[in-house]
Amino acid sequence: MTLQNLWFALIAVLWCGYFLLEGFDFGVGVLMFRIGRTEAERGVLLRTIGPVWDGNEVWLVVAGGATFAAFPDWYATLFSGFYLALLLILVALIVRIVAIEYRNKDTDSVWRRRWDWAHSIAAIVPALLWGVAFGNIVRGVPIDAQHEFTGNFLTLLNPYALVGGLTTLSVFTLHGAVFLAAKTTGELRERARRQVVWLGPVAAASAVAFLTWTLVRLGASASQFGVTLGVAAVAAVALLGGLLATWKGRDGWAFVGTGLAIVATTAALFLALHPDVMPSSTNPAFSLTVTNASSSHYTLTVMSWVALIFTPLVLLYQGWTYWVFRARVTTQPSSA
Amino acid sequence: MNALLLARWQFGITTVYHFLFVPLTIGTAFLTAVLQTAWLRTGDERYLRATKFWGKLFLINFALGIATGIVQEFQFGMAWSDYSRFVGDIFGAPLAIEGLLAFFLESTFLGLWIFGWDRLPRAVHTACIWIAACGTALSAYFILAANGWMQHPVGYVLDSARHVAQLTSIWAVLGNSTAVIAFAHTITAAFLISGMLLVAGSAWHLRRGQHRDTMLPSMRLGLWSALLGGVGTAISGDVDGKIMTDQQPMKMAAAEALYHTSQPASFSIFTIGSLNGGKEIWSIRIPHLLSFLATGSFSGRVEGVDDVEAAEVAKYGPGMYHPIIPVTYWSFRFMIGFGLLAVLIALVGLWYTRRKVAAASTSTSKNTRGATWFYRVATWAVLLGPIGASFGWIFTEMGRQPWVVYGVLETRHANSPSVGAGTMWTSLIVLTLLYALLAVIEVGLMLRTARRGPGEPPAEGAEATDPQLGFAY
Repeated sequence: MTLQNLWFALIAVLWCGYFLLEGFDFGVGVLMFRIGRTEAERGVLLRTIGPVWDGNEVWLVVAGGATFAAFPDWYATLFSGFYLALLLILVALIVRIVAIEYRNKDTDSVWRRRWDWAHSIAAIVPALLWGVAFGNIVRGVPIDAQHEFTGNFLTLLNPYALVGGLTTLSVFTLHGAVFLAAKTTGELRERARRQVVWLGPVAAASAVAFLTWTLVRLGASASQFGVTLGVAAVAAVALLGGLLATWKGRDGWAFVGTGLAIVATTAALFLALHPDVMPSSTNPAFSLTVTNASSSHYTLTVMSWVALIFTPLVLLYQGWTYWVFRARVTTQPSSA
Repeated sequence: MNALLLARWQFGITTVYHFLFVPLTIGTAFLTAVLQTAWLRTGDERYLRATKFWGKLFLINFALGIATGIVQEFQFGMAWSDYSRFVGDIFGAPLAIEGLLAFFLESTFLGLWIFGWDRLPRAVHTACIWIAACGTALSAYFILAANGWMQHPVGYVLDSARHVAQLTSIWAVLGNSTAVIAFAHTITAAFLISGMLLVAGSAWHLRRGQHRDTMLPSMRLGLWSALLGGVGTAISGDVDGKIMTDQQPMKMAAAEALYHTSQPASFSIFTIGSLNGGKEIWSIRIPHLLSFLATGSFSGRVEGVDDVEAAEVAKYGPGMYHPIIPVTYWSFRFMIGFGLLAVLIALVGLWYTRRKVAAASTSTSKNTRGATWFYRVATWAVLLGPIGASFGWIFTEMGRQPWVVYGVLETRHANSPSVGAGTMWTSLIVLTLLYALLAVIEVGLMLRTARRGPGEPPAEGAEATDPQLGFAY
């Protein structure tokens, strides 16, 4: 395995981690008003993600930094090409961070209600747009010989990418509902479980449609078709398993199911993408690949050592946080 | 305005705005950790209330710091794709390392700290705020290593075939003298700025004769932090000036608007007239001072703009190689001036709150006239540090122009070719309006939280007040 392929894999892992973790944060935000009927209840929902959401978001920051360091051309083409889409995501992420952090810094109920709305809307936007963005990356966008994006914002709104957006939005929301069922008690838990009843079929249908479309676009002749098909199948089975576990009242296993479905779906997309990192729909010769978009061997070596030493440490202390806050959050708000 | 100019304005606005929160976050994280440690060691619950009070203000700033930080990472690629392609091999590494080493650390341990009050043993919980504070300082180091490379590129070769800079030594980049001194300058300034936040908040309450039990120790901690941080900022700034004169002679010449090489060179505190090398109507000058600032010797020779320009033309070919002189001239003075004023106020404050005076005012619960005036001024003095730091960044970044990487890449070749003026206008307007709205909300929240004060000590035998108000959600 070359260092370039290793870093392609590591970036895939970072996105898997980001979607796995921030996915349920987004889901909790989307479901804020569907599950939390009172200010106090929404406070409980917020507290389920309170200690961890910021650490979860760092996966995105590291994914961005790793792309910059390991594949500068990919980072440059992607970020400048998808400018307005990323701007929308940035605005949503900013509003969401402030909404989560400021909501309880005052006791005024209008203040809190406004921030809850801001949080909810700011969770829907990136949950939808990340899927649209990844759909476009895998599908390919117009890129010229200088590796410059030549399309516009509307180029990104094609049916395949929109199905991708629907998939991330619905699967993240489902993941959030399953997470809330596992982290709350009583009436809140029941409401979260009821959301799964309608979210489950929607998420399953859009994920299966998106993955099938991805496989059809890839074509059976592609060398990675078999493994991509296998991973996509794992995603589908895990999602159905998660729904089954919810039905059986096994909250922990349900979360494992939706989590695995997210990881496998993301992995399938990266498998379908490889060895390109950003295919050109203008001319395959203009595509950015793991080899022509990468950093020097020296930089990749340095980065590999850093990742090798520090990633286990990060996983260890992030895992510890989840352990410390493993208890279900009860309806008794600590701050009134 | 063309896309390049808009991208520059956007970078300037978003970066200066982001950096308003950065030093406050770094400094208050450490000062909060100090207060919590005082509580841990003495068991005195005054320190616990002070920890929670300043901790809340710290978190309000932290939220905007991280929210605006993501924009910073994204906009290199969004608005400066040619820069990203050119420097990615070098510049990306410290950014990625910053995320992996520092951001995970600060976000995770801050989560533990905010929500762990009743879940973790006290010592472990106190360790969490220390680790988070170290995370903030660590992140400053890596981003300054990246910026240091733009000021003084080291450890690379130019690959002319692919037109990119290629990393040859990560240790040269991380050990860059420019980065090391900028780190010292930034961290000490963070203690000056955050110390003044403690001073301002305490002064507001002390002037009203309330919360003396928590606000006097906070005031003293803030004053010492500001004084020591301020002295450190001055010393590191002085060393930085000499390194800068050596590495970027144009920037030092532009800081003084010194057109003609002089030996010795005087420093003007104030100039009326045109700074474009034309006439000078009136100025206040300190003889020999610029020589000392630039070289460490009072009779040192300082290169003027014209001579440096001639040398750079000879080296890089025909072109314009000096920054906008009035901007560098005034931002240099405002940086120093606002910083020194803050240190001066801290000195005055240490005098008015010295043990004897503080004890007297506690017994009579009346402030002396001098102290009352000091408290009034000190409340507003919180603005001095952030203003000084903003001018510092404006100076160091504008002073490097026309280069984005000194001597290697010009700013006009760095923006995204695929991003037009329309897109840049949209994003500049959206981000500026959003940032303005958030500024209003955050300042309002800071003021409300600061005025609400730290809460009263629990009455004898009564339950302690809810320790989590404003902390855990």
